[in-house]
Amino acid sequence: MMSELTLLHFLILAAVLFALGIFGLLTRRNAIGILMSIELMFNGAAINFVAFARYVAPQEIAGQVFTIFIITIAAAEAAVGLAIVILIYRNFKGIEVDKINFMKW
Amino acid sequence: MSMLIFYILAIVAVVSALMVVTLRNVFHSALFLVLTLFSVAGIYVLLEAEFLAAVQVLIYVGAITILMIFAIMLTYQITSKSIRQVNEQVIPAVIIVLVFFVLSLVTLIKTSWPVSNKSLPGNNTFEIGRQLLSTYVIPFEVVSIVLLIALIGAIIISRQDGPSRPGQEDR
Repeated sequence: MMSELTLLHFLILAAVLFALGIFGLLTRRNAIGILMSIELMFNGAAINFVAFARYVAPQEIAGQVFTIFIITIAAAEAAVGLAIVILIYRNFKGIEVDKINFMKW
Repeated sequence: MSMLIFYILAIVAVVSALMVVTLRNVFHSALFLVLTLFSVAGIYVLLEAEFLAAVQVLIYVGAITILMIFAIMLTYQITSKSIRQVNEQVIPAVIIVLVFFVLSLVTLIKTSWPVSNKSLPGNNTFEIGRQLLSTYVIPFEVVSIVLLIALIGAIIISRQDGPSRPGQEDR
């Protein structure tokens, strides 16, 4: 075990969160569960940005600025996604994504 | 000391993220998502990004998860726990995720990162604000417009009836 925190610790943590997000995205049937997995993946990417801002280019803190952009986009994505989920629920009486296949040929 | 804090935060984040993607009850998943986001905010504090930690708590924990819990309450019967939550792709998904994780782990370890030993500017928040309005002013404005359009779009999508026409009165 290394005695000091390094960039690698944060990158591995971010990779774990991102991988768990992919797992949820591939296996969830519930549309809201899928949106939550996407939030996990956003967080993994954001940890990467902040870690690079701390360890690689600390003088120009571009990583932190871009994390703000990521959080903004995540908020917009959640708003639109949940509005679509509610509309689907109103029309289909369920939000299981494997039942919503009316666009499939 | 910071090592210990890092491991505690990382274990809490990873275990609750695992709960988010595996629990049968979506409502419990949303609550574990709150825990994950809080520990990520702690990770930001460890990385000396205090402003981002505050933003994370305010926007993710305070707004996005509340929005998700509202959507769960509006759409999902919490009492019916018998609904199957995962589809039939679990085993391929585990394989894909393991392959992805091992590949990225190998890449991360083998790459020699150009770590600089300078430190962040002391007044972090001040510097973020200055950069947002000087170097990144165009992306800043664009992302504001994106957020505005997304919120208007969300309202229009989730309206009960289509756009009301003139002469058609709402009760």
